[in-house]
Amino acid sequence: MTFSRRARWILGIISAAVLTFIYFPLLVVLVNSFNTSKVFAWPPTSFTTEWWARAATDESVRSALVTSLKAATGAALIAIVLGSMIAFAVARYRFFGREPVSFLVILPIALPGIVTGIALNSSFNTVLVPLGISFGLFTVILGHATFCIVVVFNNVLARLRRTGTSLEEASMDLGAGPFQTFRDVTFPAVRSALVAGALLAFALSFDEIVVTTFTSGPGIETLPQWIFNNLFRPTQGPIINAVAAALLIAFILPVYLAMRMSDGPSQVTQVGAEP
Amino acid sequence: MTQQSTLTVTSPPSGGSSRSVSRFLYRRPRLRLAGLLAAPLLWLVVLYLGSLAIMFVAAFWTTDSYTGALVKQPTLANFQTLFRGEVYWVVAARTVGIALAVTVIDMVLAVPIAFMAAKVVRSRKVRYAMVIAVTMPLWAGYLVKGYAMQTMFINNGVIDWMLAPFGLKGPGLGLAAVTLSLAYLWLPYMVLPVYAGLERLPDSLLEASSDLGASAGHTFRSVVLPLLVPSLVAGSIFTFSLTLGDYIMVKIVGGTTQMWANIIYDNVGIANNLPLAAAAALFPVTVIVLYLLAVRRTGALENL
Amino acid sequence: MLTSRLLKVTVTGVAVVLLAAACGSSSDTSTGASANSTERPAPPAGTAATAVGAGEGTLNLITWPDYADDGTAGTPNTVGPFQTATGCKVNVKVGNSSDEMVTLMKTGQYDGVSASGDASLRLIYGGDVAPVNTDLVPNYKTVSEFLKLKQWNSVNGVAYGIPHGWGANVLAYNSDVVKPAPTSWGAVFDAASPYKGKITAYDSPIYIADAALYLSKTKPDLKITNPYALDDTQFKAAVDLLKTQRPLISSYWASYADEVKAFDAQAAVLGTAWQVNVNAMNADKKVKVSSLVPAEGATGWSDTWMVASKAAHPNCMYKWLDYIVSPKANAGVAEYFGEAPAQTLACKETSDKSFCDTFHALDAAYADSIAYWTTPTKNCLDGRGNICVDYAAWVQAWTEIKG
Repeated sequence: MTFSRRARWILGIISAAVLTFIYFPLLVVLVNSFNTSKVFAWPPTSFTTEWWARAATDESVRSALVTSLKAATGAALIAIVLGSMIAFAVARYRFFGREPVSFLVILPIALPGIVTGIALNSSFNTVLVPLGISFGLFTVILGHATFCIVVVFNNVLARLRRTGTSLEEASMDLGAGPFQTFRDVTFPAVRSALVAGALLAFALSFDEIVVTTFTSGPGIETLPQWIFNNLFRPTQGPIINAVAAALLIAFILPVYLAMRMSDGPSQVTQVGAEP
Repeated sequence: MTQQSTLTVTSPPSGGSSRSVSRFLYRRPRLRLAGLLAAPLLWLVVLYLGSLAIMFVAAFWTTDSYTGALVKQPTLANFQTLFRGEVYWVVAARTVGIALAVTVIDMVLAVPIAFMAAKVVRSRKVRYAMVIAVTMPLWAGYLVKGYAMQTMFINNGVIDWMLAPFGLKGPGLGLAAVTLSLAYLWLPYMVLPVYAGLERLPDSLLEASSDLGASAGHTFRSVVLPLLVPSLVAGSIFTFSLTLGDYIMVKIVGGTTQMWANIIYDNVGIANNLPLAAAAALFPVTVIVLYLLAVRRTGALENL
Repeated sequence: MLTSRLLKVTVTGVAVVLLAAACGSSSDTSTGASANSTERPAPPAGTAATAVGAGEGTLNLITWPDYADDGTAGTPNTVGPFQTATGCKVNVKVGNSSDEMVTLMKTGQYDGVSASGDASLRLIYGGDVAPVNTDLVPNYKTVSEFLKLKQWNSVNGVAYGIPHGWGANVLAYNSDVVKPAPTSWGAVFDAASPYKGKITAYDSPIYIADAALYLSKTKPDLKITNPYALDDTQFKAAVDLLKTQRPLISSYWASYADEVKAFDAQAAVLGTAWQVNVNAMNADKKVKVSSLVPAEGATGWSDTWMVASKAAHPNCMYKWLDYIVSPKANAGVAEYFGEAPAQTLACKETSDKSFCDTFHALDAAYADSIAYWTTPTKNCLDGRGNICVDYAAWVQAWTEIKG
């Protein structure tokens, strides 16, 4: 449909304003990463690339990055498996408790992170520690996977609802068994939704700080934890800006891929998160 | 003239154990269902709900204030503390107020840009670019954005520097800074469901409305907004829940302000008083769960 | 519908609990110690190590900021020489407050902690730390005598840690803005202060003791002798003072970086600080900050390295104990932080030769004049009985003060 020139202009200006509002603080981060002053003093009096150099060579940044990648991968994998299982169950079957199950899946992401974090911390202390499993990467992955499930669930569910069962039924009418149908018909149809969900789950876990704080242990430091710990040390501030700017640029590609693989922007938008 | 059909009805090849398993499963949909649900439900119910239960049971206990050990005698003492203390009501009201303000601000900011991307922009590339542009900041990291906001709002920070030529001063760290920063942080979570909702809105409705003589504003109010309600509610679930649970942002840009989640955090982290923290945590959990149950009807939960 | 019934049940359940809570009467928990006792009750049993074996290769520590740095960004390399000499890789978790440290120690995941006096006793009585066999720490012999077997690091003659260093919470001020220089804590409590809205205070319930200390000198009829042992009247007076201070505060600092940023941006020009904060502010060269211990005296902290009762790496921990109070290491940390080192021999190792004099490191009388952070308990421990306000109430009062 066509819109009047005036409407286009007004909307355009508002959109531009909102985008400016969104990106201005990020610009501040970028500028500060070159700021010589260590305490984010504004306006910057002089510039340096020292912080970028330090960020690239800093051992703790690298190990934090690796830890985050490991945790995010683990969480995404678990989320893929569990999320798609529930999505299939809810989409293809009618059963008693179907609504509560969908409700339950949403809870970990709808409830505040601090609640999830404290709850998991209490139960890990009560159950895992006496068994000898101490807090560490394992518990972090457990925590992250819990709220990542819903992201995959939403994506796969939406896709399953859209594709419907007719193709699967046709396949089985033609003689394929359930496994073969799944492999050749169902899976290809949901594959891109799975990938989109997994990418989102990965990103969610990567940036998460609150639940991580409560489920992590000594010697484990994810990238957000590293940022958190170093923000308290006045001398490390600008390196964080450099790391953040780098991450921002690095994430453009995965997000774009997630969008291409799914059915376009509306699929990527099945998201939910906590800081 | 009929064609010789090459399609013959054959019985399925009976070889292979996978076939017999398939056949077995095919006849037992309940078993398939159970197989699908077992692992996830085990995870969600045992690990997650179980953990929540353990925590909320602790709300009825107390701690020995000297040693910090849990005293497992059921008591309502924590709830009494929360109900009787005036400061708790003040902080609760403040937190809910901030959450409402943040939600409204985000709705106002999100709708125009989502509408632009979904309905007005012609080119698919530009549309993708706009959505990516709005989503990107999510990956910049919560803490980093928080400290960027601190740089902006702090005394002699960016905002003061920008307003100085006009002789004005920014609000500084405090309630306004917290509200604006939180609105900033959660904006993408409002834009995305609204965008998805607008994408699903058939163009024909808008055309019909304008054919019938409605102005743009009228169309918006009577056609678009009512259909956007599920998306707006979906977005509001996030802005509300994230604000009710936030304790970090307010410490960074809030100056002396405190929000409800600080009470939870201060008691679990600082005072080592898990029971009081758990009791306090019941407040946002109750609010959110009730809100979720209430908005089920609007279909917002599918739009998350 | 199942879930709308669920909704109704939830609402009813919640309402019942709330009503019961609001109408119910409060219960009283009593402590075990006898009323007028000045003696400590016995802590949970724990055994000190008898020998130090080979290092386990790892050490998990909870420390105050800059107590165990690795040399990056201009910090002293405290852990480097230790790791090389003992092979124990050190993982440091920085705690920003005593409360945080207690919580972290309770997880049982750490081998040791640098505890201030308001954490140490809670850890001892919580069974989270074990007695320390000081014979296994050779450098302990030359630690200042006035730090050994004090009420915050020992119980009934049994040592629970090795002293690290001590200092006062100083009054910091921007010397270009705050003129004339303040001489009293009244500067941060004065309701008519010209620096209203630019004052900062420490974001912890223990700060109530600072108010009590000030009142002990300005309102003698309250008869406050120990700012950590306050009966209801004294406590209320301190809390009221802090409530009148609240409008003067720009922000409370919870981590030392917060205060450094606040002063650098001139969002704050006056307030209580640690010397390390002042050092950092001056190093940034944005503002000039001076500090002093005002006429009324000051609260402070005396930190002790304590060993976790279930430490996974006790040998590495004992090696650390000996290392951190060795003259060079102790001097390095103390000088960077701005505190008095516990090790008497450290005074020869500081780069600034007058460092120990400036910080009164060897002055027992000065050390005694500081009101060190201690956990407030119901038992006043001075003969008044169980009438003092305990820490849980301090925490709740702090929430009220912040509003």
